[in-house]
Amino acid sequence: MSLEEVLGATCAVRPAGEEDEVDGVPAGVVARPASAQETSELMRACSAHGLAVVVRGHGSKLEWGRPPERVDVVLETGGMAGLVEHARGDLVATAGAGMPLTRLRHLLADAGHELVVDDLAVGRGADAAGSTLGGAVATNLSGPRRLRAGPLRDLVLGVRLVLADGTVARAGGKVVKNVAGYDLGKLMTGSFGTLAVVTEVTVRLHPEPQEVRQVHALVPRERLAPVLAHLVRTQTAPHVLDVHAVPGADAQVSVGLGGSPGSTRRRAARLAAELSSPGLVGSAEAVVAVDPERVTVEEITHVVPSAAEPWSTAEEVARRPTLLRVTTRLSGTAELVQVANDHGLTITGSAGVGVLRATLPEEAQVETVLGAVMAVRAATTRLGGSTVALDAPPAVKASLDAEGTWGPVPGLELMRRVKAQFDPGRTLAPGRFVGGL
Amino acid sequence: MTQTDPRAGVGAVLRDLRERLPEHGLVTDPAQRETYACDGLAAYRVRPALVVLVESADQVAEVVRACSRHDVPFVARGSGTGLSGGALPHADGVLVVTSRLRTLHEVRPEDQRAVVDPGVVNLAVSRAAEPGGYYFAPDPSSQQICSVGGNVAENSGGAHCLKYGFTAGHVLSLEVVTPDGAQVTLGTEAPDAPGYDLLGAFVGSEGTLGVATRATLRLTRLPEDVRTCLAGFGSTDEAGAVTSAIIAAGIVPAAIEIMDALAVEAAEAAVSCGYPEGAGAVLVVELDGPAVEVEQELDRVRRLCAEHGAVEFRTAADAAERAEIWKGRKSAFAAVGRISPDYIVQDGVVPRTSLPEVLREMGRISAERGVRVANVFHAGDGNLHPLVLFDAAQEGATERAEEVSGMILDLCVAHGGSITGEHGVGADKARYMPRMFEPADLDTMQLLRCAFDPAGLANPGKIYPTPRMCGERPRVVHAADEPSVDGAEVF
Repeated sequence: MSLEEVLGATCAVRPAGEEDEVDGVPAGVVARPASAQETSELMRACSAHGLAVVVRGHGSKLEWGRPPERVDVVLETGGMAGLVEHARGDLVATAGAGMPLTRLRHLLADAGHELVVDDLAVGRGADAAGSTLGGAVATNLSGPRRLRAGPLRDLVLGVRLVLADGTVARAGGKVVKNVAGYDLGKLMTGSFGTLAVVTEVTVRLHPEPQEVRQVHALVPRERLAPVLAHLVRTQTAPHVLDVHAVPGADAQVSVGLGGSPGSTRRRAARLAAELSSPGLVGSAEAVVAVDPERVTVEEITHVVPSAAEPWSTAEEVARRPTLLRVTTRLSGTAELVQVANDHGLTITGSAGVGVLRATLPEEAQVETVLGAVMAVRAATTRLGGSTVALDAPPAVKASLDAEGTWGPVPGLELMRRVKAQFDPGRTLAPGRFVGGL
Repeated sequence: MTQTDPRAGVGAVLRDLRERLPEHGLVTDPAQRETYACDGLAAYRVRPALVVLVESADQVAEVVRACSRHDVPFVARGSGTGLSGGALPHADGVLVVTSRLRTLHEVRPEDQRAVVDPGVVNLAVSRAAEPGGYYFAPDPSSQQICSVGGNVAENSGGAHCLKYGFTAGHVLSLEVVTPDGAQVTLGTEAPDAPGYDLLGAFVGSEGTLGVATRATLRLTRLPEDVRTCLAGFGSTDEAGAVTSAIIAAGIVPAAIEIMDALAVEAAEAAVSCGYPEGAGAVLVVELDGPAVEVEQELDRVRRLCAEHGAVEFRTAADAAERAEIWKGRKSAFAAVGRISPDYIVQDGVVPRTSLPEVLREMGRISAERGVRVANVFHAGDGNLHPLVLFDAAQEGATERAEEVSGMILDLCVAHGGSITGEHGVGADKARYMPRMFEPADLDTMQLLRCAFDPAGLANPGKIYPTPRMCGERPRVVHAADEPSVDGAEVF
């Protein structure tokens, strides 16, 4: 009996093709359960037969982490993509894991609500549809606006999940304030699909700001530290404080302000004036306040490239740069930017929370990339943070083991024990996560 | 590992600790131990077999290791202000008191971080951060005495978590002693540490996954402007409707609180807070942020209150007047003691939009059972604190009050809410967990416990009504029950 026949009784299953490879690892079949119940039956069957399962939304970040040891089954969440509930008065929504973030944004917009997640990975090749809700949760996808709304892990209120053995469980709830039981939503967020299959997510929403404005500045290297120190203390309450630095050029700093009409204009003017002062940027021409009420990511890109993520531009999407997630204590951002640039990395991210992303082009020599990773990791360790190689070209990945990919992981031994409890048979994405879990 | 006499286990722990800890930290005298018999929920009392007043993280590890060696349960306790019996001692176990761990190691405004010991009092963090322009945002009403360690265990909220979130969003890293006595760091000084978010799962685990011995906290910038206003309404329905209107207008206030007539009466009797006389409900709204933004939001709130029939609207002109407005709200729990000899502080959550309906049903239950219920709540996030009033001296009154209290939780669950928003499950509500979760949900949550504490020694009996056995290979699917890939059987 073939895999397809065995699993076909649990849900829709088709043979996998070349496009279903996961980071170079060929897949056996693609299964598309339409409900938590079908997912449960599928997972029971997979566990019983010792099959390795990799969960896939749109696949835009499927290569993040280590390549899985085996991929017998690609579990597509596309069959669970509906909006279950949008509780408007409560600013809470529940949707299937396969819900595309772009569609969710559209569905919530007519109520003036949004899930504050900036999609940093618009997807490669034919699939440029961006992240799904499940994929965002799996990777704790959080962009510039996490400064105000918090990272995704703080917006997840509840999850429905299916364990490798088929157990269907729920944790959290549908209300913002809830401390009943362990917060498995946080445990699942950022677990790269290695603990359970998340089938449904309840999230906290925010009202869209009535008005949005931007202030951008070109900052000479030697002034970056004082400028950022000023901005993290600003009383103008920005929802974005990003820095973008390409080797050999001035750093670009972008501040986003949201709020009521009139208020953002005054705050933007005040911020631009502060930044122009001699102690900071020192030149009014280098500071631009941008006015439009509603700025799309595409529009911002024309003003300052920092607003677009470095690997989401058309050229980068087609390629596969080395992509590092780098974190630092707030006062260390300028130093980290310098170290990254010194090693040829372009660096972009939130100077307001100390989480950034650094990239090296696909063409960079493997030795160059490995040297840069080591140098940046040494810097982030010194600065109270971490460096994770989320993705890299195959040649680079081949030269990085789990430790080289994830760096030192505090609490790794406990994580092994957690994995052993939730997925004792290593059914879910074996080898993808920290410590080769 | 098998102890026939549980007391013998504690005896062995004590012998071990006498070799490793100073004698003054070991409390063996029964009368002294009795003073630790309950936390903020005095209805439950258990005298611990041994109390250890630890003075360092290493001492915490020594105690936990000794407990692990001799299979003795342990319970951690901070200031003992918890309202769910989370720090209720174990009769045959050790109570680890962290309140002497009071060092505030670092306050670094430039990094928005403070590094503190678990016994440091919540408000002390904000006081230390204030000169640099920062504060620690989680502000439970007990903030003048509750400890950071307790906040971490309970994932404490407070009136201002509507805008700023709970403790979990304000902890970057923890040093913890796991139930096997290992000292482990979870998280890093920066967010998004690699690996599973064990930090996020540990916060709010009510002491069942280990003991936090040091915390790196996120500090929040003090807002440029804070405006607090108070409005009186004819009924909680109107106050609730204004709350929804404020949220619908896209305003996220720092806090929105409602007190009903009975709670106002109690507060007035206790602290003469000068709330509008005869109001059916009092609404307190606090706005903070950039001055220009706050000014505009205040105008909108004022208009919305007027549209919804506010009988009075006043805005605090300065910090003293702001404190005056908050005085009544913050003293509400204790104030109820003025109008009732005994009361139960309940903590439940409903979706904000269900508030009017839930309040009406609660009123009906109260009338039906002849049990008075005063209501104080964080309206912005639907977190109710019904105060169920009774007189224990009257026959059957305690039972009736407990019954009403339970019915209120059922009401919360029926409306899609939660049995606890911020006080925790503890010893008090473990029995209600099955009303909110299926057995499979509770079993799955406890997988985490099995990873941290397979022997079940850390704060046993809390949160979960039925402990999961970790020794068994949990939920292994028997291959024999399933057709093999090559077999002839079909699903």
